[in-house]
Amino acid sequence: MARRPLQEINAGSMADIAFLLLIFFLVTTTMETNKGLPRKLSEITDEPPPVDFQKRDVFTVLINSNNDLLVRNEPGNLATLCDDVKEFIKNPEDKDHLSRRKSEPKKVEFFGMVNYISRGVVSLQNDRNTKYKKYIEVQNELVRAFAELRDEKAKQKFGLTYKELEAIEKKGDPTAKAKLKAIRTIYPLAISEAEPRKIAK
Amino acid sequence: MAKFRKGGGKATPAISTASLPDIVFMLLFFFMIATTMREVELKIKNVVPEATELKKLENKQLISYIYVGAPSKAYRNKYGKLAKVQVNDKFINVEEGIRAFVDAERAERDEQDAKKLTWSLKVDEDAEMGIVSDIKQELRKASALKINYTAREKVKR
Repeated sequence: MARRPLQEINAGSMADIAFLLLIFFLVTTTMETNKGLPRKLSEITDEPPPVDFQKRDVFTVLINSNNDLLVRNEPGNLATLCDDVKEFIKNPEDKDHLSRRKSEPKKVEFFGMVNYISRGVVSLQNDRNTKYKKYIEVQNELVRAFAELRDEKAKQKFGLTYKELEAIEKKGDPTAKAKLKAIRTIYPLAISEAEPRKIAK
Repeated sequence: MAKFRKGGGKATPAISTASLPDIVFMLLFFFMIATTMREVELKIKNVVPEATELKKLENKQLISYIYVGAPSKAYRNKYGKLAKVQVNDKFINVEEGIRAFVDAERAERDEQDAKKLTWSLKVDEDAEMGIVSDIKQELRKASALKINYTAREKVKR
């Protein structure tokens, strides 16, 4: 018997099957966003807040029900908020109305004795009728201020931004971890979210 | 040269579709990797706000989602227009529901994991802070302190 040439398999229906699967996945799945602003809530305690706080150490940001900003008792502006917070925390010239520094210097790895850790706390307050969108915008600016402070410090000391250090740490570099920790000690994310209260318009 | 021209050679040959499956499979794999299974059917409008300073949450097993938003059209007659809280396919009220949800989510996991749970708040950008604050307060009472405000990457303009 003569050898017949191999017949080509018809692959036309393969596309149909793949389309079917594709459409199944398109319908049943979502582009999930698992990104966000992580935040730690404070525990409920009966203890009174530390007495050591002075008014100049608190940077209050208040959003009212019309979504207007009141920053340290003056009408605020979202555009300048980030720089204001940085100025407040850093307080390079030790001005009276900006945050005080911790009285005792603290030993930080890589940096030695650090005497410029701020006591400042950013307090974010909102009304019950504040729009969530506005709230996140403000939160974002506050987080950005701290991120930029950390970036500056990291860049100045290690030549890498905080984000780049985080990327290195993820690959399993223990020194990067220690570096991140040191920077976090110098610039802790001091944002406190107060319980909302009804604020007069 | 007539030798090569056998009967009816004029008809155009069919376009080969052999590479079509390859292309479709490529798309299929892209979607399989880039997307995740839809776990809850949202009964609310849920467009999360935009932000720039985002962090990615790593371990999906350790995230519990709390959705907040105004009920979508089909549910508006029944539930009204005000923002509601949804977890696992159903609406809950904040006072008791959050607590029960926290306990249920913790019970599902072993002790180690239960401590590491992150509570991801997926809040619609048009919602008001009142309901969010209530949820936060309830979470604090249940000592579920690690939260995350889910947001989208802001498109630079």
